[in-house]
Amino acid sequence: MAAVATCGSGAGSPGSAVATASKSNVTSFQRRGPRASGTNDSGPRLVSIAGTRPSVRNGQLLVSTGLPALDQLLGGGLAIGTVLLIEEDKYNIYSPLLFKCFLAEGIVNGHTLLVASAKEDPANILQELPAPLLDDNSKKEFDEDVYNHKTPESNIKMKIAWRYQLLPKMEQIGPVSSRFGHYYDASKRIPQELIEASNWHGFFLPEKISSTLKVEPWSLTPGYIKLLQFIQNIIYEEGFDGSNPQKKQRNVLRIGIQNLGSPLWGDDICCAENGSNSHSLTKFLYVLRGLLRTSLSACIITMPTHLIQNKAIIARVTNLSDIVIGLESFIGSERETNPLYKDYHGLIHIRQIPRLNNLICDESDVKDLAFKLKRKLFTIERLHLPPDLSDTVSHSSKQDLAESTKRLGPGCGMMAGGKKHLDF
Amino acid sequence: MFVELNNLLNTTPDRAEQGKLTLLCDAKTDGSFLVHHFLSFYLKANCKVCFVALFQSFSHYNIVGQKLGVNLTVARERGQLVFLEGLKSAVDVFFQTQEEPHPLQFLREANAGNLKPLFEFVREALKPVDGGEARWTYPVLLVDDLSVLLSLGMGAVAVLDFIHYCRATVCWELKGNMVILVHDSGDVEDEENDILLNGVSHQSHLILRAEGLATGFCRDVHGQLRILWRRPSQPTAQRDQSLTYQYKIQDKSVSFFAKGMSPAVL
Repeated sequence: MAAVATCGSGAGSPGSAVATASKSNVTSFQRRGPRASGTNDSGPRLVSIAGTRPSVRNGQLLVSTGLPALDQLLGGGLAIGTVLLIEEDKYNIYSPLLFKCFLAEGIVNGHTLLVASAKEDPANILQELPAPLLDDNSKKEFDEDVYNHKTPESNIKMKIAWRYQLLPKMEQIGPVSSRFGHYYDASKRIPQELIEASNWHGFFLPEKISSTLKVEPWSLTPGYIKLLQFIQNIIYEEGFDGSNPQKKQRNVLRIGIQNLGSPLWGDDICCAENGSNSHSLTKFLYVLRGLLRTSLSACIITMPTHLIQNKAIIARVTNLSDIVIGLESFIGSERETNPLYKDYHGLIHIRQIPRLNNLICDESDVKDLAFKLKRKLFTIERLHLPPDLSDTVSHSSKQDLAESTKRLGPGCGMMAGGKKHLDF
Repeated sequence: MFVELNNLLNTTPDRAEQGKLTLLCDAKTDGSFLVHHFLSFYLKANCKVCFVALFQSFSHYNIVGQKLGVNLTVARERGQLVFLEGLKSAVDVFFQTQEEPHPLQFLREANAGNLKPLFEFVREALKPVDGGEARWTYPVLLVDDLSVLLSLGMGAVAVLDFIHYCRATVCWELKGNMVILVHDSGDVEDEENDILLNGVSHQSHLILRAEGLATGFCRDVHGQLRILWRRPSQPTAQRDQSLTYQYKIQDKSVSFFAKGMSPAVL
């Protein structure tokens, strides 16, 4: 966002734009400056980053999460510089799907990816990404783009609108598709060419951590320290924060961290109530957010919060993240056979939405949301009671429904909480 | 600053009381609008402000401040505002070894130390400049928010010590004000946070508590604000005054109304 802001509003060469970016110490939250609408700015071309769009409310740059329904619930998308925390469902079935949709969206838009995991090799994770569902028009352009990487700029002469030939074109950085937000087919794998054409970095913890345990001065788990150094290195080397004079980056870095806080990362908050390193995870999140705020990156983290023994840590982690979404799947619970939920696979709770550069935030009114994974698509819908069509309305069935609706969630997020025992 | 809140608190930037500690507390909702209010209030009152902003970045406060009528960049250049940006400083402390002591040095230490470097920073920022006429009325320390220090590994007692040292310097010695935001964890048993909250509310003169509505989410009423005036130094001969209002946050202001008197309902 910083790069976009300073580039448009002044000197022509991108070098000076980067210089001003690092000098004036902008963060990714800078609002786009007042730009004269094309009349004064005939010099520099408009450089827009593929796959991003400014927010309607405050001009913040947003990226898609990979699920258009989720984008809408979050107020347009995930803001660059923020952290999206997903509280995993109990058996970790649906949260990897959200994680992979986020990464697949990055590949389709041509963003750089950084995948960190302690469980699976990032190369394997990328192999399992879902395939994008492209409609016919964009599918044609996608096929052509993939096989002709080096097509020269098309100089087809315009016959009718020949005046437009002279205007500067919008420079887009190699996207596969120019839409914001795509649908993904969960049953198919992403084409191999797309993965090979993308720029990604993987962090697989067993490879990075050396066997000699050096005593680290900070009270962070060694895995977290290594991950933070890796992320900071990539951000600096590839120029996402504008501080590297050699690299002028106009792309977004998407960071995905899987199962953060699980014992595989060396953290014991899932095993013991008052572990030795109970501040490790919160410190990590704080420094990570500091890194993100000053670079063109967005991060998704999945965390098994249902395993964390100390509930206070969950509250602190929620406070330190920007967007928090909880997934609750029905598998294995008594809700699986409940007629109320027969169409859905689980509930999705949006626990927190940040207020960025603003006093208010775009909170959706709908608090009861459910998701289902059909054969291909993952959809999020508003949960509503099915109509009561039985002829003889028995007392027991009404009781069951009433019980279930009471447990539908207190109907509120972090925005305004209420006491749970109030009943309407 | 929100004019309606000034009326409720019976203050204006010209005649605000000095030597007071104000506690901002939020339970199950976001109380950051109060921080923006006090920041713009004290900048308009021509005070020297030291803002320890641990929660969000500088440009966030700047953009919201511009909506409320203050320009933080200009204030910082003039010397009226000393801004400690927690997120940026944490990254600096973490990745580069610092020679001189940094206010957030405790991030690098394994054991929970104390917040002495942070206190030194605050004292240095707010000490009156000798020589030359006094440009600013009185110093103000603003902290957003204190619960982050607990998440970063400090113990509740260390944070309470820090507040005590700051209060002795800022409120008593320099006759300034302090405004602190602490999250209330509510029914989640966060013992350290409860100790911190109780300790600070015992020392404070004014407590503003933003709570969610008991009935849950509402689009027209965003929450409830409880105002409590206390006199911690004097014996409780007079009863502490308490008022409750409900509020709705808009783009540039917050409107307050009595309970049940929301314009949406009437």
